[in-house]
Amino acid sequence: MTTAERDLGTEGLEWLAGEGREHEIVLSTRVRLARNIQGMPFSSRAGTDERQRVLERVRGSLSDVENLPDPALWRMDGLEPVDRRVLLERHLVSRDVAGPDEGEAPPAAALVLGGEGRSGVTRGLLVNEEDHLRLQTLVSGLQLESAWEEVDALDDEVGDRLPYAFHHEFGYLTSCPTNVGTGLRASVLIHLPGLVLTKEINKVLQGMSQVGITYRGLFGEGSEVVGNFFQISNQTTLGKSESDLIDHLGKIVDQVIEYEQRARGVLLKEAPGVMEDKVWRAYGILRHARSLSFDEMMNLLSGVRLGLTLKLLPTPRVLTLNKIMVLGRTAHLEREAGRSLDEGDADERRAAFVRELLAADEDRAAAAEPDSPPESDGRDDASPVAGDSDDSDDEQ
Amino acid sequence: MTCENCGEREAEIHLTQIVDDEMTTVHLCSRCAEEQGYAESSEPAAEVTSGEGENVPLTDFLAQMGKGGGEESMLPAPSEPCPYCGTTIEDFRKTGRLGCPQCYPHYEAQLRPLLRRLHGSTQHVGKLYVGSDSEEEDRHTRLSALRRKLDRAVETEDFEKAAELRDRIEEMEGEPETEPVE
Repeated sequence: MTTAERDLGTEGLEWLAGEGREHEIVLSTRVRLARNIQGMPFSSRAGTDERQRVLERVRGSLSDVENLPDPALWRMDGLEPVDRRVLLERHLVSRDVAGPDEGEAPPAAALVLGGEGRSGVTRGLLVNEEDHLRLQTLVSGLQLESAWEEVDALDDEVGDRLPYAFHHEFGYLTSCPTNVGTGLRASVLIHLPGLVLTKEINKVLQGMSQVGITYRGLFGEGSEVVGNFFQISNQTTLGKSESDLIDHLGKIVDQVIEYEQRARGVLLKEAPGVMEDKVWRAYGILRHARSLSFDEMMNLLSGVRLGLTLKLLPTPRVLTLNKIMVLGRTAHLEREAGRSLDEGDADERRAAFVRELLAADEDRAAAAEPDSPPESDGRDDASPVAGDSDDSDDEQ
Repeated sequence: MTCENCGEREAEIHLTQIVDDEMTTVHLCSRCAEEQGYAESSEPAAEVTSGEGENVPLTDFLAQMGKGGGEESMLPAPSEPCPYCGTTIEDFRKTGRLGCPQCYPHYEAQLRPLLRRLHGSTQHVGKLYVGSDSEEEDRHTRLSALRRKLDRAVETEDFEKAAELRDRIEEMEGEPETEPVE
């Protein structure tokens, strides 16, 4: 496999494509499998030499893996701190792999990404997280089955080459007993502003926890909910088959989407003027602000995303919103600037970046439909960029 | 509905569990649920979660591990450290992480109730692993485990055991690397 590091460029961003089922509400779907190699201590307990050996064995086994064509490997201890943060911002590595923002990276921890595959799919694996291997597929939109099928196929191939630790009763053995069995964690990153605004969200989250589904914030463990994005995932991994876990999560997510749609319908019906004002204000600030903190940007993006799906706004595209969410984060801005930025600097650059992308989408829309200037009220026109969601409730 | 446990406060947590194919629902107030480990404690700092932050109340449960003895204990008394990696039950209590794959069979008795609690089951029913082409690998693993055991036996001056282990190692080393092909 390629051991020379490819430039990070736009690596691993396929999942931002803004395509796939329900992609306006569900940003992405991830399925990961935790695996360990027989006869070696788990990475969380292994010394540097043992971690190094795990990495060598994984590296040696990844050539000619059909489901991971043209793989490239990035060792965390060989990357600049800013690049490790970039990978975190792209949701490609966990904090355990990336290490602290300042300070040293964990020894022999690595990210492997496959080359170009199916559109909207990012495939790869983490080495020396708390488990030796975390195989993962990250897909745009809501695509649980296909994400599972892809990672399953990758797992078959890797399992042929590396002897996994497997127990007849407990299944695939993992460092933490919360992952044992299937080692499967499926999660969707879902946008629920309707349920938050109607204050129904806690009820929904509580209901989920009673059926074995849990949630986290935007950046996983312990992170806060930002911009009304929730990561919903299965809590248990043992005692059910992979496809049952995937089906169950899929059913719950469908239900949550239905609740969210209903909440949006209520908002639009009860307070159409307030909603319209809210989303246009969000757009206006994003489009013209000269300084934006990350949190402010995320909250405004949430409003714009809502406005877009309710057809209250004609632009931007979902793809653009997805891009801003990741490429507008601080490490990405620092990488672009080629130097570290203090908070004020970063906020100014973020605002400039957002203005640029939103303006480009306005131009694009104007070019596509010269009769309909982008500043017009989006409600009246059949915008080519808005989705086709049902707006029949939209009575005034 | 009042809490099934204390019979005083209003039940707020309604927990449905499936254990051994039987479904039961318990109705508890938040305090009793917390006491019984069904709800998150109000002290989030004590929360132990896995790598991706599941909201699993591991801590209360782990805190009981290795204490043994007491009437309330749900677990057998602590056993020896894992012979392969040396992880003790105390280590596991602290970190919530096991040390190596061999910890599972070693701490089987302690893990079973924990797994039942976490997952409602101890039996994997998903994908089966047929294994890599790893006869060589198995041999390698077994050998290095035996060597570790031998080192430990020598350290503890258990010479009888050491002699036995040395014989087994020599026997394995004498085997041909791969099965002869006809």
